[in-house]
Amino acid sequence: MIPVCPTTALPPGEAIRVEAEEPIAVFNVDGDFYAIDDTCTHQDASLADGWLDGCAVECPLHASCFDLRTGKVSGPPAKTPVRTHRVVVRDGMVYVQPRTAAGCDA
Amino acid sequence: MRRVSPAVAVVGASLAGLSTARALRNRSYDGRIVVVGDEVHAPYDRPPLSKEFLAGAASRDDITLTTPDDADLGIEWRLGTRAVGLDRSGRAVLLADGGEVRADGVVLATGARARRLPGSGGLGGVHVLRSLDDAIALRQDLAVAGRLVVIGAGFIGAEVAATARGLGLDVTVVEAQPIPLAGPLGADMGAVCAGLHADHGTRLLVGTGVAGLVGTDSVEAVELTDGTRLAADVVVVGIGAVPNTEWLADSGVTLGGGVLTDARGATDVPGVVAVGDCAATWSESAGRHVRAEHWTNALEQPATAAATLLGARGPGPAPAPYFWSDQYGARIQFAGSRRDGDVVRVVEGSCADRSFLALYERDGLPVAILGMNQPRLFTRWRRQLRSAVPAAS
Repeated sequence: MIPVCPTTALPPGEAIRVEAEEPIAVFNVDGDFYAIDDTCTHQDASLADGWLDGCAVECPLHASCFDLRTGKVSGPPAKTPVRTHRVVVRDGMVYVQPRTAAGCDA
Repeated sequence: MRRVSPAVAVVGASLAGLSTARALRNRSYDGRIVVVGDEVHAPYDRPPLSKEFLAGAASRDDITLTTPDDADLGIEWRLGTRAVGLDRSGRAVLLADGGEVRADGVVLATGARARRLPGSGGLGGVHVLRSLDDAIALRQDLAVAGRLVVIGAGFIGAEVAATARGLGLDVTVVEAQPIPLAGPLGADMGAVCAGLHADHGTRLLVGTGVAGLVGTDSVEAVELTDGTRLAADVVVVGIGAVPNTEWLADSGVTLGGGVLTDARGATDVPGVVAVGDCAATWSESAGRHVRAEHWTNALEQPATAAATLLGARGPGPAPAPYFWSDQYGARIQFAGSRRDGDVVRVVEGSCADRSFLALYERDGLPVAILGMNQPRLFTRWRRQLRSAVPAAS
């Protein structure tokens, strides 16, 4: 698991980019944490810089939308989903468990 | 009038038409949806046509808008078919091939077309850029050209100039106004964005009208009103777009610089809504009908108009319109509504570094934000702007 930050460093409505084999974006939606691939599948942009609206993030460049719970595209122009990753909160720290390319938890 | 089989006809198969079909299904509409499009192509994304697609970095598949999930929508596509009329009494869309689509509800999403330079017809090497076919033809000509003249320094013209520079062409941009992009961005920031041309070796001539094009079969030069002749192998005309509404002339739908609708997309003909670039939608904040040509508008309006068509109440208009432009690798983003007289100041970064945020204020309140190469900060300011601007009712 990759330590991300203390929960207090990621308040609701905020996102943080985590360096991993493929960068991961971790979001706080009203106290619930979600993690997806950070790089938009449409063009190179960091989704952690995007517009958070409920459980959807809008890419900061071309407005593609992704559902944080499933990684599915919820708005064009992207067509390919992002991967989701498991978030663990333990002792006031946020951790992320990167999913492998095969689609299973590592 | 009750029909055995309910149906909605969507006229226009681009982003606005596709988004309306999706929105209807999202609202559990289970009647037929027939989408009529004059182009033979399945819906595609237009912004890359002046950028990645023109540069050859994106393929036709890359810019397709539909996803495998769209197959579940059960849309009946009538592509390569032009609508030529709307029969309001029979509630039918009349097609160029003599057929018709009868429907309870009609969505007007015919978009806009590029404005052409008068007298430029028939001359080889002269292009506009609006459709996929336009982009393919321009790409082929750019591949064997040395000198490009772009007429019009708006967003399309600037993006084409940037792409052509990237392909190694010698590029000159001619703009009739003294400052490019002063309409959308204001004079100060228009000048800053236009500075990207000089940064990248594109000549920009402003305050200069075009007298005409020179050439017999193919264009050879652009003649300016001051007598200057600019040699050109290819000319791109980027002087705006006109809404595709002529086909509605006898339909009873009121036109006025677009299809006039209320704030929720309804025209004055019951059961007929209009969305996207062809629609001039009532804006409470502007106090007039506004025809917006932004991508985000064509994406967002359909959710409202689909609800209107089904007699429900959808989301109101987006409180802060948003658009972007990518030029010479610079990301330009704008949100909000700017007017002449607004005060603009740089709040982060610097214009000289081509990395900044500029805030537009009216009566001391923020009304719009412009970012260049600052996507993260731009998103933050855009959010603040949304909370600062009261949502239209």
